[in-house]
Amino acid sequence: MNQKYMLPLAGVFLLFLLAYAGVEGAGLEWFFGIVIPYLAVIAFIWGFVTRVIGWANSAVPFRIPTTCGQQKSLPWIKQNRIDNPDTALGVFIRMLFEIFLFRSLFRNTKAAFNTDENNKLTYSWEIFLWLGALAFHYGFLVVILRHLRFFLEPVPAFLTFLEYVDGIVQIGLPGVFISGIVLLGAALFLLARRIFDAKVSYISLAADYFPLFLIIGIAATGIAMRYFTKVDITGVKEFTMGLVTFNPVIPPGVGGLFYAHVFMVSVLFAYFPMSKLMHAGGIFLSPTRNMANNTRAKRHINPWNYAVDIHTYEQYEDHFREKMIEAGLPVDKEA
Amino acid sequence: MSEELKPDELLDRIDHTPASGNWMDAPVHIRPGMYCYAAKAESVQTLGLPNARTWNPIEDDWKLPENWQEIIHNGIKERLERFRTFKVFMDICVRCGACADKCHFFLGTGDPKNMPVLRAELLRSVYRNDFTKAAKILKMIPGGEKLSGGRPMTLDVLKEWWYYFFQCTECRRCSVFCPYGIDTAEITIMGRELLNLLGLNIDWIATPVSNCYQTGNHLGIQPHAFKEMLEFFTDDIEEITGVNVEPQFNKKGADILFITPSGDVFADPGTYTCQGYLILFKYLKDKYGLDVTWSTYASEGGNFGFFTSHETMKRLNAKMYAEARRLGVKWILGGECGHMWRVIHQYMDTMNGPADFLEEPVNPITGTKFENAKSTKMVHITEFTADLIRHGKLELDKSRNANRIMTYHDSCNTSRGMGLLDEPRYVIQNVCDNFFEMPPNTIREQTFCCGSGSGLNAGENIELRMAGGLPRANAVKYVHEKFGVNTLGTICAIDRAALSTLMEYWVPGVTVSGIHELVGNALILPGEKERETDLRCDPLPGMEEEEDE
Repeated sequence: MNQKYMLPLAGVFLLFLLAYAGVEGAGLEWFFGIVIPYLAVIAFIWGFVTRVIGWANSAVPFRIPTTCGQQKSLPWIKQNRIDNPDTALGVFIRMLFEIFLFRSLFRNTKAAFNTDENNKLTYSWEIFLWLGALAFHYGFLVVILRHLRFFLEPVPAFLTFLEYVDGIVQIGLPGVFISGIVLLGAALFLLARRIFDAKVSYISLAADYFPLFLIIGIAATGIAMRYFTKVDITGVKEFTMGLVTFNPVIPPGVGGLFYAHVFMVSVLFAYFPMSKLMHAGGIFLSPTRNMANNTRAKRHINPWNYAVDIHTYEQYEDHFREKMIEAGLPVDKEA
Repeated sequence: MSEELKPDELLDRIDHTPASGNWMDAPVHIRPGMYCYAAKAESVQTLGLPNARTWNPIEDDWKLPENWQEIIHNGIKERLERFRTFKVFMDICVRCGACADKCHFFLGTGDPKNMPVLRAELLRSVYRNDFTKAAKILKMIPGGEKLSGGRPMTLDVLKEWWYYFFQCTECRRCSVFCPYGIDTAEITIMGRELLNLLGLNIDWIATPVSNCYQTGNHLGIQPHAFKEMLEFFTDDIEEITGVNVEPQFNKKGADILFITPSGDVFADPGTYTCQGYLILFKYLKDKYGLDVTWSTYASEGGNFGFFTSHETMKRLNAKMYAEARRLGVKWILGGECGHMWRVIHQYMDTMNGPADFLEEPVNPITGTKFENAKSTKMVHITEFTADLIRHGKLELDKSRNANRIMTYHDSCNTSRGMGLLDEPRYVIQNVCDNFFEMPPNTIREQTFCCGSGSGLNAGENIELRMAGGLPRANAVKYVHEKFGVNTLGTICAIDRAALSTLMEYWVPGVTVSGIHELVGNALILPGEKERETDLRCDPLPGMEEEEDE
C-alpha cells in the first residue's frame, strides 16, 4: 500500500462524505453551500494575488533565458525568433506557444537504452504526456466556461454556442458533453502515469495525488448529477445566482451530492494558491521563458548589484613586476 | 579503484527504473569515483570565503560552524528575495517527470536523485518545510508533516545536497523540456552558493578560482610563463609554416583585446586551437593591419567563480573590462569556451558594465557591425571568423583538413545560454569538406553535456564523468560507425579536455579538435612555405608517403 496516494485518496473521500453527510444528515446546507464557498473564493483570490505579488517582489538580477534555437547574430544567419527571441514580440509569441500549446512539453522525448552489442541510447518522441496535459487543461477550461451559465442571467450567446459544440456528438439524454469526459479521462491518465510509471511514481508526493483525486472527485460528482441522479437544475441555478448576487438562498430539493460537489470545488479553490497548482500563475513569471535573449545588445540592470573586492591590475603588477620586466612584458610602473 | 572500471561494467550498472519507496528515506552514500575532493583551506582563504579549513567529505565530521542550519536558512531566505528564478522554481514544479530522462547524469548512472526534478526536490523539500504555508498548516494535523513533502535541514540532507549539486553540470538540458522553464542550473547554482556559505566547495573549483584571482588564470600561470607558452607555440608554428606569428602582450592602444580560457594555452588539444588563433591574428595583421593583443592579467576566459557563487563570478570577471579599459582597446574578442560565454553573454555587462569606455564592436576588415554585442562589446571568435569567411577575407585551403571526417558537439552553455549554433558550423564547413551531424536529439539546443562541465573535470570523479558523458559518447559512436567520423569539433575548452578522455574511454579512434585548430590548418599565411604537417605535426593529406621515406 502506497501511503503517498492512499492518504490523499482517503482524504478526498472524507471530504466528500463530510459534505454529503453534513447536508443529508445534519442539514448543514448553509454551511457547505454558503459559508464555505465564500471563504474559499476569498482564500483563492487573496492567496493567488499574494503569491504572485510575492514572486513579483523578488528581483530579476540577470537576463537568463533558456535559448532553444539560433541566436540573432550576423545578418545572414537565420535566427529562430520564437525559441530564441531578441524582441518583446518574439517573447510574447514564445509565451503564447508555451501557455496555450505547452510547446516545451511538446518536445518531450523518451530515452531507451538497448543493452546489446551496440549499447545504443535512443530517443523517441513522447507525445502522450503532452496530449494528456493538453486534454486535461482544455477539458477543464471548457467545463469551467460551461459552468458560467449557472452564474449569468441571461446566459450569453457564446456559452450557448460552446455548449452546442461541446455536445455535438448528441448521444443520450441529457446530451453528452465531450469536455467532461475528456477531463475525467485525462485526469485518470495522469493519475495512472503517476502510479505506474516507476520514475514518476518515485518523484511523486502526496501533494501531487491530492489535487488529482480532488479533480477526479469533482468531475465524477458532476457527471453523476448530470447523467444519473439528474439534479434539480432550476434549483441549482437559483442557488448559484443567489451566491453571485450576494443574496444566498438554499433552494429545496437539491441533494447532498450537489453540496459535496460544491464543497470539493471550494476545497480546490482554497488549496490552489498554496499548492503546485500555482504553476498557472508562475509560468508567466518564469525568467527562462519570458525574457529576450539580447543581453549583449541591451544592458540588463541588477537592482542589487553591489560592489565587490577585486584583484586589481596594480596589485597584480606589484606582485609580478620583476618577472614581467625580465620577460620583456610592458609594465605601467618601472620598479 | 573506479579508474579501472571497464566500459562494459559501467554499462551493466545502469538501471533507469528506480526502486519503490520514498526517496527521502534513501540515505546518501558518498561513493569514491563519484565525488570531487574537498576545497583546500588556502584556496578558500584567497578570496576570503567562509569556513576555510581542511576537511574530508567521507569523514563524518565536516567541521561546520555551530549555527550552520541558521546560515543555510538565512541564505535561502536572502536568495528567494534576490532571485525570482529561485522563488518561482521552488513553487511551481508539478513533478510531471518530463525532465527525468533528459539529464546525462541520470542516463549514465541511473541514480534517481540525478533526475533533475529530484535534484531540485533535495532543496525544495527543505524550502517547503521552512518557508511554505501549506507545510505550516499540515504540521497542525497529526501525521500531516509527511504529507507536505517537506523535511528539516539535517546533516544528512546537507551531505546529500553536496553530493548531488556536484553531480550536475548546470547544462540546462532539462530546462529546454520543462513546461515552465524550470532550470536546474539555477537550482544547482543556488545550492552551491549555499554550500559555499559553509565552506563546502570542491577543490577542482576552489583552487582554479584562487589562482584566477591572484595570478590571472585558473592554472596559476605567471605572466612570464604565460608569454613563454605562447612563444613555444610560435616556434612550433614557424617550424610548420615558416612564418613567425609573434603575438603581442598587454599592448596599450591595440584594436582588440583577445581573451580565451587558459586551458587553450596549457592543455592539449586546446593548445592547437590556441595556435589556430595565433595564425589567424598574424594573417589579419599582415593582410589588413589588425592589431590584436593578449593580456597576462586577464589571461583567463573561463570563470570557475560561476560555479561558486554569483559574487565570486563577478570578482573574477571584473578583470576583463578592467584590462580592456587600461589597455584602451576598441572592443574585446573572446575565444572558444562554453561557460565563459554564458558568463559574458548573460552576466558580464549586468555585473561589471556598462562598458561605455569601449566602442560598439565593428569588424574593421568587413565593416560588419556586431549588433548583437553592441552593449557588452565582446564578440565570439566564431561570429568574427564566420563574418570574415562570409566576406571572402580569408584564404583557406580545405584540402589540408581533408583527412578529417567531422562532427560537431554543441557546448551546453553556448547553445542553451546563448544560441550560438550556426556560426561554428559555418566555419567548419568552410575549412573542412566532410561534416556529419549527430542525431537531432543530441545536438543544438538538445545537445548533451560532456559530463565534466561546471568544475567537475577532476580525476578522482572519473566514474561520474564517464557515466555522465555516455549519452554524448553514444551519439559520437553512432556517427563514427555510420560515417567514419574521426574528429569531434567543439568550441569549449572543458570539452577539449573532457571529451578527449571520454572518447578514449567510449569511442577510441575519435580525436577532439577546436574549430580554430582547423582554421589554423586551412588558413594560408602570406609568405608561408609548403606545409607538410598539420598543427599536431601529423602529415597533411597527401604528404603521408613523403613522411615514410
